[in-house]
Amino acid sequence: MTYVPPARAPRTPHGRARLIALGRATKPIREASGVARAMFWSGVAITVFFILLALLAPVISPYNFNQYKADGHRFAQLAPPSAAHVFGTTVQSVDVLSRVIYGTQTELEVVAIALAMSLTVGVPLGLISGYFGGILDRFLVLIMDAIFAFPYLLIAIVIAFVLATSSIGGGILTAAFAITAAYVPLYFRVVRNHVISVREEPYVDAARALGARPRTVIRKYVFFNVVQNVPPIATLNAADAILLLASLGFLGYGIQPSQGAEWGYDVSRAVSDAASGIWWTGLFPGLAIVLLVTGLTLVGEGLNETMNPVLRRRRFGRFEFEPVAGPVEEAEGAE
Amino acid sequence: MTGTSLRTYLLTRLALVVPMVWILLTLVFLLLRVAPGNPIEAALGGHVPPSVVKPIEHRLGFDKPLLTQYGDYLWNIVRGNFGTTITDNRPLSQIIKQNGAATLELTFFAMLIAIVVGVLIGLVAGRYRDTPVDIGGRLFGIVVYATPPFFLGLMAQLVFGVWLGWLPTSDQASPLTQALLQTHTNIYFVDAIWDGNWGALWDIVKHLILPAMTLGLITAGVFLRLTRINVIRTLRDDYIEAARARGIVERRVVFVHAFKNALVPVITVVGLNLAILLGGAVLTEETFNWPGIGHELVLYLQNRDYTAVQGIMIVFALVVVGVSVIVDFINAFVDPRIRY
Repeated sequence: MTYVPPARAPRTPHGRARLIALGRATKPIREASGVARAMFWSGVAITVFFILLALLAPVISPYNFNQYKADGHRFAQLAPPSAAHVFGTTVQSVDVLSRVIYGTQTELEVVAIALAMSLTVGVPLGLISGYFGGILDRFLVLIMDAIFAFPYLLIAIVIAFVLATSSIGGGILTAAFAITAAYVPLYFRVVRNHVISVREEPYVDAARALGARPRTVIRKYVFFNVVQNVPPIATLNAADAILLLASLGFLGYGIQPSQGAEWGYDVSRAVSDAASGIWWTGLFPGLAIVLLVTGLTLVGEGLNETMNPVLRRRRFGRFEFEPVAGPVEEAEGAE
Repeated sequence: MTGTSLRTYLLTRLALVVPMVWILLTLVFLLLRVAPGNPIEAALGGHVPPSVVKPIEHRLGFDKPLLTQYGDYLWNIVRGNFGTTITDNRPLSQIIKQNGAATLELTFFAMLIAIVVGVLIGLVAGRYRDTPVDIGGRLFGIVVYATPPFFLGLMAQLVFGVWLGWLPTSDQASPLTQALLQTHTNIYFVDAIWDGNWGALWDIVKHLILPAMTLGLITAGVFLRLTRINVIRTLRDDYIEAARARGIVERRVVFVHAFKNALVPVITVVGLNLAILLGGAVLTEETFNWPGIGHELVLYLQNRDYTAVQGIMIVFALVVVGVSVIVDFINAFVDPRIRY
């Protein structure tokens, strides 16, 4: 394996350095083997399947997510799975399969927005806090740790509750905000702790000694080393965010029923059906949650297993010899 | 050892609790008070004449300046007064006593199941790393983690409650038991044993099985992952190598030398997991109509009762911080390296 010491990276032209960084980051994924590889790729397959489902929902789905009649006659209520309705119908005569398919859109959309927001808030905060240290750092760490210790479902519930009760109302953005608030502390912690260890590296010192401004040092030297930690965490986080959204939906603080289909909400409706032995209204949306979360978790775990040895190698990269393949552990420890 | 005594460590740790609790309490206050909209109108269902709203506002102190309200809020908590609900005038202390007991019963047994299942599978998976056993164990861990408690609960209700008819699917005990059981601790399980009322105990256990299994299995995933990683890490340690070199039988190396040390960090995670467990408890209680504190929270959220929500959040915050301190104390006793 060819290894480019990080200290050399700044000398290459700007775009090239970035390409090298990208190549170096993806290399372990391409070269992964055995269990990690199988897990990673099956996770990718599941995730891609759901993304396609979301994109092609209008084409694939037999009906719309809130459609209860076709050709002038209403569908049967709580009809068991049949040829006409493969996953059966709900108490409102809506086709379960269509709700599951359209639900994919909702889940992925909300989680994408929430992740983007938590990254834009958490990563820069972590960079600044970790790099500059001082009172600001202490203050932020105290707050973030306090939030982090709190059950994040409860944080999300309260924020969704407050936003939904206020003039803003419920909806996709409210759900995304609630999820964002729950996850910012995680990114902050991961990035900040990593920045603290990178900050003292010789190449960062060298850059500072050469008179680079903090902005430049953070952007060119610290950011790319730290940001590699983020993809595995973000993927695992996406999995978690889906569970969180479904939980909010289950408690009635997710998406408004008229806005879109949401799996957690569907399962909550199915609880009353279960007493009379009706299984199809709950089973299929529930399985969709499990499958999508499993897929994303497999991708995240696979990334973790393959990416971490890179980080290890980088940290010990100043030595001449190839280090022994590192143990496969998570970077974030117990989540 | 750098010479720091256990007592110094414990005192430092306790001192750190104060800012953490204060921050959490402030966050709860800010979240619920700064939000747009009038909480009392929301609780009463909107569009209420001011003549109705004003007295309640005055009673709850909502007409005072925000800073005064904040001061009153903190002072009340310090005095142990967590407030009274707007909608049904119930003191929070009563909710803690009655519903908290139900939550305690559920979470205790769930945690027990989670630790037993998670640690056992984790140990085996870590020991036989990369074999089919390990892959099976890890997949189990991932799928269990990926299953929301309300979905697993729903399926359990369908199979064991509706189809097989073995177990009840809601409530903490049957109405008859609830009516006849003497309350000593409010924890049904303990009360039944207290009185030696075995019929009631059997009824309570039957009601407990499905919710506790649901919450426990879902939490088990975290323990599984952690135990597995720790076993793998420990088995690579020098002292394990040394034990092997001394000719100690492999089985003894694994069970006596490795597992014991691999389990130390698990204690910490029991505490960290409480946050996950409490979140899961809210969902499990809601699914099984379990009269715990999470179930009340959801109810008061639906009724838009701000003071009730605030009070319950305070309780959760105190519990989370309290448990983290207890876990740190246990760790300090178990592992001297932690006392920095």
